[in-house]
Amino acid sequence: MNDVLFWTLAVLAVASGVMVFRFDSMARATFSLLTSLLCVAGEVLLLGMDYLGIVIVLMMTIEMAIMAVFMIMYMMNPAGLMPMTMIHNKRGAAVICVGVFVLLAVGIFLAPWPGRRGKPPADVTMDLGMSLMGPQMLTMMTLGMALFATIVSSVVLATRRGRYDRLGDDLRAERSDDPVRGGVGR
Amino acid sequence: MAETTPLWAVAVLPFVLVLVALGTAHFDALLAADPAANPGREVLRLLVQQRRRTNAADELLTRLGVVLLPVAAVLAAVVLPLGFRSVSDLADGIVWFNAMEALAWAAVWLAGWGPNSTLSLIGGYRFLAQGLAYELPHMLAITTAALGAESLRVGDVVDAQSGLWFAVWMPAAFVIYLLSAMGMAFWGPFDQPVGRDVAGGAAAELSGVDRIVFLGGRWLLFVVAAAVSVPLFLGGGHGPLLPGWAWTLLKTAAVLALLVWVRRRVPGVRMERYVELAWVVLTPLAILQALVVALVVLNR
Repeated sequence: MNDVLFWTLAVLAVASGVMVFRFDSMARATFSLLTSLLCVAGEVLLLGMDYLGIVIVLMMTIEMAIMAVFMIMYMMNPAGLMPMTMIHNKRGAAVICVGVFVLLAVGIFLAPWPGRRGKPPADVTMDLGMSLMGPQMLTMMTLGMALFATIVSSVVLATRRGRYDRLGDDLRAERSDDPVRGGVGR
Repeated sequence: MAETTPLWAVAVLPFVLVLVALGTAHFDALLAADPAANPGREVLRLLVQQRRRTNAADELLTRLGVVLLPVAAVLAAVVLPLGFRSVSDLADGIVWFNAMEALAWAAVWLAGWGPNSTLSLIGGYRFLAQGLAYELPHMLAITTAALGAESLRVGDVVDAQSGLWFAVWMPAAFVIYLLSAMGMAFWGPFDQPVGRDVAGGAAAELSGVDRIVFLGGRWLLFVVAAAVSVPLFLGGGHGPLLPGWAWTLLKTAAVLALLVWVRRRVPGVRMERYVELAWVVLTPLAILQALVVALVVLNR
């Protein structure tokens, strides 16, 4: 039963991954990629890592939705309604993709995997949290700050109107000059 | 306290949800005092309607979006306990519930994008942009409840409230949850994604059965999101005298009645106002609430 489920999900994941590059519509490509990632989440669930599996579903769904938001911000074809392709340099891209896939797959089969020592923990989620927030706390905090700084700086770079446009050259305006009034009465 | 649930519950769950959603919609129509709002009549009218076709539509994605909405709502309800029993009390039930809500979010965009029509596209994109502002405080409110129980299992959250309800000592998280639950179900004062100003938005081009499934799915999602506030904040099945299932039903009915009443009393919230409120006030408030709960839990 588990074998059947594993192979079904695996084939679906690879097939919908390939379809990302075959579809000529932005939306279909996006949701084909989402299908592929949801199948991967299914595989992770199958391995008994419930939390990681469900979090993949949550994060990837939100990520794809946000990608659709970025689509209107940055694409030449904002609605995504015109035919398009995900590949530039078709032949090169195909060669690289297949090459990497084969390399990784061969690596999986040839690597001398160590045998299992000990038992799987009773609560995988707890162990994951402990290993992330215990010895790796400093790494995670640094990573978090770096990501946050990236978000803030990219928003600052992307925004057309800064605080001087809103509050005047000396930042002393009574009311900010905004095209759309916000909800907190500023 | 997790009790085993018979397998037939899986088959019964969707029907129960549909019944509750129909009941809520009827109550809403009653408050509206508008015969056209009667859900039974509306369903019958739509059943005999011809399916509308638009030029160069992406039928596959439209159908996917339309069907995904009720399916996500029912899947989210899997962790919803009646009394102390849910169809499946997953170890990470709270994350599961949130993941299914996110799927519903994607579904609205699909249904809006698919028909290749301007107004439905606007509706779909509206929900994406607003959803970001709804989802963050929503997620933090849910996390706060999990933090208070020190578990992601909905059953454990209910058990942790045998004494004091979470709504009492996490009032901010509770109010934020109810607000964002209406937002995530794009319902009531938050219905701009399918609003009148864009001629029905994401649902503009849906007709006949598609429309029943999509708008019915929205009611299901709303009912499930409102009902989850009972195990997360209102003590689930805990209460004196009556059995657990009766308390769950009573509390759920009370929450639904409150929200329907709010819908009929409060005009549509202007999106730009609420979105700014969500980013500038609600998100920091939710983080603060989580911090307070974390301190209480650490000192227990």
